[in-house]
Amino acid sequence: MSDFIQHDVVIIGGGGAGLRAAISLAESGLSIALVSKVYPMRSHTVAAEGGAAAVIKPNDSLEDHIYDTISGADWLADQDAVEYFVNEAPKEMTRLEHWGCPWSREPQGKVAVRPFGGMKIERTWFAADKTGFHMLHSLFQNTLRYPQLKRYDEHFATKLLVDNGRCCGCVAVELKTGKVKTIAGKAVIMATGGAGKIFPFTTNGAIKTGDGMSLAYRAGVPLKDMEFVQYHPTGLPGTGILITEASRGEGGILVNNEGYRYLQDYDLGKPQPVDSPAHPVKRTMELGPRDRLSQAFYWEREKGRTIKLPAWNNIDVVMLDLRHLGEAKIDKKIPFVRELSKNYVGIDPVTDMIPVRPVIHYMMGGIDTDINAATTLPGLYAAGECACVSINGANRLGSNSLTELLVFGGKAGDNAAEFAKSAKDLNVAALTQQGNEEEARVKALMNDDGTESIADIRTAMQSSMEDGAGIYRTESSMKATAEVIAEQKERYKKVQVKDHSGAYNTQLQYAFELGCMLDVAEALVHSANARTESRGAHQRLEYKERDDDKFLAHSMAHFNADGGAPKIDYKDVVITKWPPGARTYGKDSGLKRK
Amino acid sequence: MAEEKTIKLEIFRYNPETDDEPYFDTFDVPFKEDWVVLDAINWIKDHVDGTISHRWSCRMGVCGSCGMMVNGDPKLTCAAFLKDYMPGPIRVEPLANFPVERDLIIDFDPFMEKLTKVKPYIIRKNDDVNDPTGGEYLQSPADLALFKQYSMCINCMLCYAACPVLGHEPSFMGPAAIALGHRYNLDSRDEGTYERLDIMTEHDAVWGCTFVGECSVVCPKHVDPAGAIQGAKLSAALHSMKLDIVNEMFVFPKGAGK
Repeated sequence: MSDFIQHDVVIIGGGGAGLRAAISLAESGLSIALVSKVYPMRSHTVAAEGGAAAVIKPNDSLEDHIYDTISGADWLADQDAVEYFVNEAPKEMTRLEHWGCPWSREPQGKVAVRPFGGMKIERTWFAADKTGFHMLHSLFQNTLRYPQLKRYDEHFATKLLVDNGRCCGCVAVELKTGKVKTIAGKAVIMATGGAGKIFPFTTNGAIKTGDGMSLAYRAGVPLKDMEFVQYHPTGLPGTGILITEASRGEGGILVNNEGYRYLQDYDLGKPQPVDSPAHPVKRTMELGPRDRLSQAFYWEREKGRTIKLPAWNNIDVVMLDLRHLGEAKIDKKIPFVRELSKNYVGIDPVTDMIPVRPVIHYMMGGIDTDINAATTLPGLYAAGECACVSINGANRLGSNSLTELLVFGGKAGDNAAEFAKSAKDLNVAALTQQGNEEEARVKALMNDDGTESIADIRTAMQSSMEDGAGIYRTESSMKATAEVIAEQKERYKKVQVKDHSGAYNTQLQYAFELGCMLDVAEALVHSANARTESRGAHQRLEYKERDDDKFLAHSMAHFNADGGAPKIDYKDVVITKWPPGARTYGKDSGLKRK
Repeated sequence: MAEEKTIKLEIFRYNPETDDEPYFDTFDVPFKEDWVVLDAINWIKDHVDGTISHRWSCRMGVCGSCGMMVNGDPKLTCAAFLKDYMPGPIRVEPLANFPVERDLIIDFDPFMEKLTKVKPYIIRKNDDVNDPTGGEYLQSPADLALFKQYSMCINCMLCYAACPVLGHEPSFMGPAAIALGHRYNLDSRDEGTYERLDIMTEHDAVWGCTFVGECSVVCPKHVDPAGAIQGAKLSAALHSMKLDIVNEMFVFPKGAGK
């Protein structure tokens, strides 16, 4: 018998979005369960470096932030959601300041901002280059003031409880003991983050396995815009460790094997000399958007103008040059870049260039939500990277995701509280039975007759995702990948879990995570193949143009309970004041409004 | 073809459900120039023995999950390169001074209780922390600099594994928790110093520290918890002697406002 526990609201995921939601809920006086597979401060929000965007300076405007976000998204963002996001962002960032976040400051004590890619003006709040770390710890530490918040640390959620068409909590395994718990609530918030680990080379941590996306998908909620995956242009070779965009915001440049600033060949404007007061120019060259910079790398490699590194199996890289910034500025503004470069590639950016290449970083797509953070399943809300509102469309701008955690995490908390207050009582008998059935499924996974290795299936999935759903995609590459993923799903039915222990059975956990990743990978590759256009981060070699007539629409992948490929359909993008236009960088980057 | 270079890892094993005593398993792992100890453990888990349990996530030294004893020293295994231990062997154990749950996993809950106890959040007399309408609280770069270093703690617990006091006094609040309490005391936006000092002057808190200083030696983020503890001791001593006026004049940035 699984343990039965009841709260008013259940939050799954203890990163930035989940913690922000928890604070909203705690203020509402409800009883809250915060279920997380790791201790909250281990969540991957911790790894974000550069900063969080919000309009606060007199030379900036809400309208510019909206336009940068919509054009950055290649017009696939919902404009009502973007407007709401931009309007709320300054309040949310100020709250976080009040909660102790050590934002970098101007001499007079106001919060300082820095430039970021794709943004018309500097509007990125930062805490040196450990912004995500400081945000996460500030949020987590701030939740410690609320005794009504009950944390279920190191509990792995394996299933959503759905009764009578309504989401009523989750079933989770307590990792410390292996005990299965039914954690019921009148409303549920999903905040489990991204799924970068479906790819082999990613900035994402080991825990980013798309668990929440998969749980919602299996409960009948569509996954939206899954084909849009962001490559960050500057990851370290080998590890994929992120070198923040702030390094370019502070003036760093990218060069190819000839020492040439190659971005000027890709419609991103003309370079200014690094010692010019005009450098770096916003929305230009190194401060172009991430999708365009990663695509430029692809073509440089095609032209043979990248550098092959013998120490890393001749992997192709370009060089990020920060030397002209000088030691003092590097240590003050981007000290973590120096620490990471020294530790992981043995290079001091004060004296040498850093080898970098594009690396899987962020999922624009996710659980379909509306502007209220509500999903199509009553009682289920979602926020952060696992969700798709959508403010990020076909390409997220750097420094919008940390702010999104706060704005939509808070919104999810407020709306889940309202829902829970007016919701009917739960059917405890029905939920208990679901919990017991799930417990039996968990036990059955620890079998003796499994033959397929977790690591082998995972490796096959990851390498086929890189082959078929990378920076540039073709129909044949995606079809081949879809076949490999289907094969891996078959193999997964016979996955081997030799460990039958209760205490910290991480092999069982890895098996669950692998199942989730296969769901996400499947939704992604089928959504990608169905979109026969190029837009933002989704680039196809045989369909090079954006096709607004057919594809100014969100793809929706629906789980197929019979085991076949997901059904893909489309939902209109919300366009309010900013009609689709040409996406220009480096020149004429100005505002176009109806 | 030249024989592939390998290195030996001796890994601490303990499963509370099946083992009366812990023991060590030995594995030969391929040696790669850019591999860290964590990569080697992951390789073993994927290819040799899937039942090894350990914690890890970001593998870039910021999530704080993968602290273990490596040849007797507390290390983040994502930042401990195999090449620095050649020719080996490398002995990997769970962090010292903690109860072991299984294999390389320690019981982290006691630290969570200690952290909660020091009230690591901004306390304001008018309780306005959730109200953004007045705009940001101003804080000069100099005021930020007073506590910034102590805010860099990733809760990796290397300092707890290195602290000799914790070895025989598990209830000692410990370096990271004290440093975080002190971090909020030094924050010019905070007005909760005396609430926190009441806690930090209790038995098992700042006075437990014997100033060996190992915590600062092993800290991978250069937080200097030993320095924070000494600062906390000074303010705690003044508080105990009812000399808060001196604290307000010299120790804390907002002076009497705090």
